[in-house]
Amino acid sequence: MNAIIGQPVSRVDGPAKVTGHATYAAEFDLPGLVHAAMVVAPIPRGHIRSVDTAAAERAPGVLAILTHENAPRLPYHQIPQRPQVDAQSGEQLHVLQDAEVRFNGQPVAVAVAETLEQAVHAAELVRIDYARTPALTIFDPARGRPPSEGNVKAGRVPELGRGEAEAALAAAPVRVEARYTHPREHHNAIEPHVTIAHWEGEHLTLYDKTQWVDNDRKEIAHVFGIPEERIRVVSPFVGGAFGSALRTWPHVTLAAMAAQRVGRPVRLELTRRQLYTSIGFRPHSEQHVALGATKDGRLSALKHEVIQQVGRYEEYAETVLSPTSHLYSCPNLLARYRLVEMDTNSPCPMRAPGVVTGVLGLEMAMDELAVELNIDPLELRLRNYAETDEQKGLPWSSKELRACYATAAERFGWSRRRPEPRSMREGDQLVGYGMATAIYHSDRSAATASVALTGNGGAVVRSASSDMGPGTYTSMTQVAAETLGLPLEQVRFELGDTNLPYAPVHGGSVTMASLGNAIVAACGAAQKKLADLARAAQQGPFSGLPSEAVAFHGGGLARADGSGSVVPYAELLRQHNLGWLEAEGSAQPGEETKKYSSAAFGAVFVEVRVDEALGTVRVPRIIGAYDVGRVINPKTARSQCIGGMVGGLGMALEERADWDARFGRVMNANLAEYLVPVNADIGVTEAIFVPNDDRNFNPLGVKGLAEVAICGVAPAIANAVWHATGRRIRQLPITPDVLL
Amino acid sequence: MQPFTYAPVADAAGAAARALQGASFIAGGTDMLQLLQEGVAQPAELADINRLPLQGITEDADGAIRIGALTRLQDAADDARLREAFPVVTEALDLTASPMVRHMATVGGNLLQRTRCLYFRDVSTPCNKRLPGSGCSALDGENRHNAILGGSEHCIAVQPSDLPVALISVDAEVQIQHADGAERWVPVEDFHRLPGDTPQIETVLRQGDVILGLRIPAHARGRRSHYVKVRDRASFSWALASAAVALRLDEGGRVTEARIAVGGVATKPWRLPRVEQELLGVRLDRDRARLAAVWAAEGAVTRSGNAFKQPLLQRTVERAIIEAGELA
Repeated sequence: MNAIIGQPVSRVDGPAKVTGHATYAAEFDLPGLVHAAMVVAPIPRGHIRSVDTAAAERAPGVLAILTHENAPRLPYHQIPQRPQVDAQSGEQLHVLQDAEVRFNGQPVAVAVAETLEQAVHAAELVRIDYARTPALTIFDPARGRPPSEGNVKAGRVPELGRGEAEAALAAAPVRVEARYTHPREHHNAIEPHVTIAHWEGEHLTLYDKTQWVDNDRKEIAHVFGIPEERIRVVSPFVGGAFGSALRTWPHVTLAAMAAQRVGRPVRLELTRRQLYTSIGFRPHSEQHVALGATKDGRLSALKHEVIQQVGRYEEYAETVLSPTSHLYSCPNLLARYRLVEMDTNSPCPMRAPGVVTGVLGLEMAMDELAVELNIDPLELRLRNYAETDEQKGLPWSSKELRACYATAAERFGWSRRRPEPRSMREGDQLVGYGMATAIYHSDRSAATASVALTGNGGAVVRSASSDMGPGTYTSMTQVAAETLGLPLEQVRFELGDTNLPYAPVHGGSVTMASLGNAIVAACGAAQKKLADLARAAQQGPFSGLPSEAVAFHGGGLARADGSGSVVPYAELLRQHNLGWLEAEGSAQPGEETKKYSSAAFGAVFVEVRVDEALGTVRVPRIIGAYDVGRVINPKTARSQCIGGMVGGLGMALEERADWDARFGRVMNANLAEYLVPVNADIGVTEAIFVPNDDRNFNPLGVKGLAEVAICGVAPAIANAVWHATGRRIRQLPITPDVLL
Repeated sequence: MQPFTYAPVADAAGAAARALQGASFIAGGTDMLQLLQEGVAQPAELADINRLPLQGITEDADGAIRIGALTRLQDAADDARLREAFPVVTEALDLTASPMVRHMATVGGNLLQRTRCLYFRDVSTPCNKRLPGSGCSALDGENRHNAILGGSEHCIAVQPSDLPVALISVDAEVQIQHADGAERWVPVEDFHRLPGDTPQIETVLRQGDVILGLRIPAHARGRRSHYVKVRDRASFSWALASAAVALRLDEGGRVTEARIAVGGVATKPWRLPRVEQELLGVRLDRDRARLAAVWAAEGAVTRSGNAFKQPLLQRTVERAIIEAGELA
């Protein structure tokens, strides 16, 4: 077997992307394509009194103006078993179905015209008279309520724990307790969300930005009440998503509705400002952490309450309590989750949803405990190392977190840290070192793939997966090439089309653990089919041999005992007069979920420089070491991780939606005022992978690696700011106004 | 986006004539395109002035430097004469926007850049500058970026450009031509207007005016000058506070001339005569710099979200004086 897995292969789709040959959703140039533009409500709650579309309808190029008064009534059937990416209670926004306004930014009309400019202009001419009613636009933790039943069933529980946390906390010789907050944050992928909808008779094709074509199809089928078979979703390239394209948003329905009305393919692309209201976001959260410990630094009690904002028409909740439940060894634990209803568009998963929030509070509190105990923050983590998942009562399928701590600390030079705050300087700048642990639970889902061995000696692998940037095209090609024993160039992977075999959501770090194993299975199935043909043949080198007497290696079939030569795939196909041979394979979670708890781990160390007079924080170094199981492609894996680190830096120092409660609106809804890191913010970012191969979790030995990389970065930076300045900033982002 | 007509113009007179008819100009377009897309600007006519012969930097016989209005910010930043004579100007340009923006944006356009006030840029909310009489949403809203100096009860929007702040510290003037052919010079310091009760009027330009360029006089040569900008991220963001300092010191290290202007904190590029006065005649040291900088926020009126700008402004000015005086 040639070693392709584990090689730092450059992206196979890289040349297409950098030369403009990769076709993104907005770029499908269909004959007769026309454009749609949304009109959105400027009030947080109320209803539409009247609509005047006369001027808009008269505008040049206008084909239709859809409002709640003339839009088709859609059945909006509910999906019986909702996917995890959807809100688990309430119902999705029913667009243009009634006069209600449920949040500021809600689509209330759509203009369709020959050109984009004409559509935008017509949208501006739609006159709507609103009646405003009182709205819930203030985040008031006192209104917090437990998640409702749908979410509880999906694992977003209101409480979890073990032992007697309250009593243990009261009795603990050392205690720390604090509140931490982060604001509403937005994904801000480069590519805006966009859909082209094209009806041909009763058949609908959607060219969409999505992380899950199969679910996109299912959602629209239910909304329109038509069979899934009549819908095809195409999404070969995604320009970044970070979770925003997991579920299907209302504008996809609007595009399909508009295309149906005008009888032409319609493109609807959200503006940057609309991306703050027409898709989701990471909800504003406040959390309270109380830790109790013995004097030698062993946790005796852990209390953690997280309160997040949620919309009112549907209920999106997150796995915020997951890290708290098992990151450290602690006999007495109580974690609580509450939601505060607000009149807003619905939040949704954003990189490491929930977990990044839970880790933030816990890891900042651990740093405060280390100070209180006068123990090195890293040493405190080691003293409370969780040898098992104490909440589930299961062993880890694998856990190399100790190696992560040791590797990253060594690389960073943690031993040079002086424990006292304000003790390190470089010129006029205060220097701070901080660290935190990262964790993200590893899951896998059922997946299917097909493999076609082709007459030219190559293979085409297919699955309806997605590649929003992590390198799915590349890593899956590696898995297939290695499994088939073919050179990388001979294998092509196709994804992003509902015509392909079913794939799970491309999110939650599940893709490789799920689909990778399905591809291995599909490769095996194709090989078996071919070997069976060869053995059943009347003549040839394998004629009449039992199955155990033949084996594939080096890109072909040979006798298992090594005698004779290797007959390549293409030769075998020729011998059987086959142009190609295809087989499907699948993989799904098994007994391992009952036997083990699985997670990816990491240790993050950062250095900050603080200009105390001006309140600025810069981050010259972030060093992370990760246990993500086996690494298929260290190059794209590194890209994933440093991307996560950059995201974490943004969370710590820059990202904040400026919410104006009077309007129930994000005011800085553009990339000039909603800041994300730029190159100048980024110094050394290093991602190191500690060796591991988790066959307990799945045959490929991978865990997940997307989400874990953003976890821990923000608390590590906040902890470093404390070390630099002696000031504990418990509110993100840490901007000059907060520090001054 | 409202429909508009678009036409290039060939010379200043032609541009001024179009402006007299109500046309808006577009040069680099780095701000205008945003304003058009968001529906903030709704011109009936857009006159493209990129072909006007107003590009480039020249030096007068007396040592003054002239910068054409259509000179791209990056070209000005890269000009060796400008950098040598007036480093405060090129430093301010270095810290402006991003390289891509600097290659498009023009010097004249930068003077006319509209405020980044969140409410001005969002047509769904009241704003006196965008829609006179509709009210100021920033007074009691998300006003972290808004002005603590020069505001009124009608508007506290910041003029966000770095360049004019630096230009004030070197006594630069703006050359303006009117449609009737008359030319006039206006000090950069007097170019922008306070909002008062007409925040929609931002400069002294009249309908039918065209900016031809800038002149930095020879007498401003020889000052030690420096620009400091404090912002939320290391690049490509607006000043929370910025300071341009230009000092002339005698052989004994006494300040004989001082020009200090600040940005990011005021409704117009803001000169600080009191701080200048405090420095005159003193032998510069860190204490003097600090004591003078205390006056930077004189008259400041803070709101819920921008109170931090008061100490930040003082410290930014102090830092700029110290670094300009090479006391660091």
